[in-house]
Amino acid sequence: MDPNPKPNHGISAYYKTRAEHHAIISGDWLAQAQAATAAGHPLEVPPASATALSAASKPFSIIDEFNHWRRKPDLAEAVAAIMALVAGIRSSDATTMMELEIELKKASDALKSWDTTSISLSAACDLFMRYVTRTSALEYEDFHAAKLRLIERGEKFGEISLKARRTIAMLGQDFIFDGCTILVHGFSRVVLEVLKLASSNRKLFRVFCTEGRPDKTGLGLSKELAALGIPVKLLIDSAVAYAMDEVDMVLVGADGIVESGGIINMMGTYQTALIAHSMNKPVYVAAESYKFARLYPLDQKDLEPALRPVEFGVPIPSGVEIEKSARDYTPPHYLTLLFTDLGVLTPSVVSDELIQLYL
Amino acid sequence: MDMRRPPRTVSDPKVRQVGFVTPSVAPPTRSLSDAPTTVAAAAAALSASSPPSGEISLPGSSLSPVMIPPPRHASSDGRPSAPVAVPNPASSLRRDSLRIRVGSYNASEVVLGTPPSASPSSRTDYTASEFSEEAMSPWHGRSGTAKVASSFPGSSSEMIVMKTGVVGGGGAGSTPKSPLTTASVVKTLPGISEKEREVLMGTQNDGAGASKTLKEKTTKAERRALQEAQRAAKAAAKEAGAGVKPSAASGSAVAANTKQGKVVKPPPQKKDGPQIAPPSGTSEKKVVDRPPEKDRKKDVPAPRMQFDDKHRVEKAKRRAVVNQFEAKNRVELFRHLPQYIHGTQLPDLEGKFFQLDPMHPSVYKVGLQYLSGKISGGNARCIAMLLAFREAIRDYSTPPEKALVRDLTAKISSFVSFLIECRPLSISMGNAIKFLKNRIAKLPDAMSESEAKSSLQSDIDRFISEKIVIADKVIIRHAVTKIRDGDVLLTYGLSSVVEMILVYAHEVGKQFRVVIVDSRPKLEGQVLLHRLVAKGLNCTYTHINAISYIMHEVTRVFLGAASVLSNGTVYSRVGTACVAMVANAFRVPVLICCEAYKFHERVQLDSICSNELGDPDAISKVSGRKDLNHLDNWADNENLQLLNLSYDATPSDYVSMIITDYGMLPPSSVPVIVREYRRENLWI
Repeated sequence: MDPNPKPNHGISAYYKTRAEHHAIISGDWLAQAQAATAAGHPLEVPPASATALSAASKPFSIIDEFNHWRRKPDLAEAVAAIMALVAGIRSSDATTMMELEIELKKASDALKSWDTTSISLSAACDLFMRYVTRTSALEYEDFHAAKLRLIERGEKFGEISLKARRTIAMLGQDFIFDGCTILVHGFSRVVLEVLKLASSNRKLFRVFCTEGRPDKTGLGLSKELAALGIPVKLLIDSAVAYAMDEVDMVLVGADGIVESGGIINMMGTYQTALIAHSMNKPVYVAAESYKFARLYPLDQKDLEPALRPVEFGVPIPSGVEIEKSARDYTPPHYLTLLFTDLGVLTPSVVSDELIQLYL
Repeated sequence: MDMRRPPRTVSDPKVRQVGFVTPSVAPPTRSLSDAPTTVAAAAAALSASSPPSGEISLPGSSLSPVMIPPPRHASSDGRPSAPVAVPNPASSLRRDSLRIRVGSYNASEVVLGTPPSASPSSRTDYTASEFSEEAMSPWHGRSGTAKVASSFPGSSSEMIVMKTGVVGGGGAGSTPKSPLTTASVVKTLPGISEKEREVLMGTQNDGAGASKTLKEKTTKAERRALQEAQRAAKAAAKEAGAGVKPSAASGSAVAANTKQGKVVKPPPQKKDGPQIAPPSGTSEKKVVDRPPEKDRKKDVPAPRMQFDDKHRVEKAKRRAVVNQFEAKNRVELFRHLPQYIHGTQLPDLEGKFFQLDPMHPSVYKVGLQYLSGKISGGNARCIAMLLAFREAIRDYSTPPEKALVRDLTAKISSFVSFLIECRPLSISMGNAIKFLKNRIAKLPDAMSESEAKSSLQSDIDRFISEKIVIADKVIIRHAVTKIRDGDVLLTYGLSSVVEMILVYAHEVGKQFRVVIVDSRPKLEGQVLLHRLVAKGLNCTYTHINAISYIMHEVTRVFLGAASVLSNGTVYSRVGTACVAMVANAFRVPVLICCEAYKFHERVQLDSICSNELGDPDAISKVSGRKDLNHLDNWADNENLQLLNLSYDATPSDYVSMIITDYGMLPPSSVPVIVREYRRENLWI
């Protein structure tokens, strides 16, 4: 199952996808996707070609399937992973639950090892495996019924992920009050959703966007926000401390939420949180619960490094090293609250939820 | 009110307790009017030959805990006014003007022969105390009469009446409980000799002393102590000669313990003094103890005895299998902890090995090993205990007309109390005992004895393998993921699981260096050092004094723990907190490796309230340095106390991660595990 070449030549696939998404993603697009979900089932059909193909051609490649789903800009990576796994179930010719389980396990391992840098990918795989292996209801059913149920469940997951964003937006917008200034770091679809809902609820606030080098995430976000009529100011990444005085709260997304209650997010989140903490400003994190991962980094280096090219715009002198890491780890100590679809949590609850989920 | 004495500099839990509880007390039922009726009722009950304790609980059910303190006040307040005051050099210090005033006030009151009509509630405690104090002098005479009376078994009720009369004369019958108990004593042992009587009084006195610790009145230990007191009384009646000795010995011990005299005056009237008041205390205690009985289930393992309470200690000593001698000159803050002169009774016990009836030999052996320090370390002690219990269960047969569930539980409890005498239980052992008792209680009635026994044995095996052995393996697997090549790992002392982690990481080919930090007096780190170096690990050995120097090159700190408490506090070998604090200051992650069975739902903020004291001589002597003799004979200097603490509490702020068999968790998740683990325990 592993002839799949690793896509990353020292570059994180996760961040590549994100960059692509940011290029495409737009407010209209998201609205459209949402309308579609509300109306019917946009995620319902996996690409007929893919299924047919996988059915026909002998080796069904979970990676190809995953890559197919991954291209959809509004789909979180986790959802793409689930969809790929569901497709795996669909195309599987296993005849017993156990067999299916083993197959799934292999597929999810393949997915995880394909991109070790993506936390939500591995978290989603674990979550789905958990669901398959731990659902006692499945055991007494006829195998085909159980299989269908799994497929159905997996497909629902995509909707759940969209719904999660809406839930988070509902919960999170309560924390935005009139006249407040919000510092946002990185481009998070959940954060965008929160801000959008708050603005549509006629809250008056302004947003500071960090530039978000090297992906220029801040530019994308500020464009979205400006389109919504929210006053936005762009800051260069090094101006966070300078601007922090005016800021009432920091709002960030997360690539992953780890066992300690800390988050792994785009590079620069840690320093932003540190500055906010030292100035007694609350730091809020908006993230879906499928990003909860059973990881526990002790420090910044205790992570699988996610590399990405950094463009400095000038030729780099020879013999100079470049830090290419794309993300950092923010310890729970510097976070105030997490807005998740499970509710508004303190960082210490994350571990509780994970224990309940996995133990 | 009198009880509201200004807080003292010396912390004396009993005193604090008294001050705290008094105002709310004020049982109005204790008024003069209904005293005779209660007495009469009690007398009637007594003549009906019902058990005294049950009887006494009847009138006293309205009694509130406040009533307990009197005996002590009797001893302390009574002294100034009492003509027969025993000279106590330390006592003058403690005797503040307030108290003296109280004494005089009381005296006048007694002279009048009427209780102060004003605020009967306020005086409740004091009446009792003053009473006893007044009674003290007449007692010499009266005790004679009592003895005479007691020698006529048939006349017990008359005696009660007579006594009541005396009491009424002295204290205007304001404390009906005192005659009551005295009566009860007479009742229990009608017709014993004078000598026995004295012994009895001694025990009563002790009982009263026990009752003084209001603090503990709800605890299992205390209830137990009460039972033991009654049992001891019986035993004393049986073997009078033998019984006298311990009390005398304890008296002398008290005298020797001059340090303690400062805080709470030792009752010098041990032999002749508090005959009336103490019984009252006992009766109250019996009464008071009733309601919280239902809580008993909750506090398993039983909270530790407060060892600053001399009477309780004496009593415990009398029933103890292991006769240890209390160390002298104990440090103020740690008086509530047991401290013995190390290994005093080991040879004696070893000699008794084959005569000890109730104790199973394997349990006995393990106890001795604890006592001698041959088995130490949370896991080792727990496993040794469980294996001993397993053997005991194997050899167990239910006595006729008894139920296995009950009898075996009692048996295990007696084993446990023996082990506690050898060395205080660790939390891990407490949890294991809880598990075992739970298993015994859950045995189906229909099960035959042999089945039950084998099921229990397999339960014990399963506990050891699942909760300790496999748990350790899981911990090792997790911990190794946190070791990177080039790391410098620091560990402190000797932790079995940390040792396994280091060895395993070395075996899987990680390149790292180990810093072993050690401390006197145990120098356990040397054991670890020896084993690791033998395995070919690269080690650095240093003492904790150098911790701040060595820390800057360290990348991870791995520590073991005796227990992890609900608030994330890590309870571990003393010095751990220091290492963790320094590591935190250097921003080095601190990883605590601890099996989940050692978690406890208790919350502890300091290292004082629950701890263990080691042998003070261990820190006063340096082996191999005969010239360092400045601390020789330190025990003779009462201004000098040595403190050899065994454990300390590391606040959760210093802990980056706790590695358990449930994975790697932040300290804030300990309660989650305790919750889940508990539930699981019920399922097992």
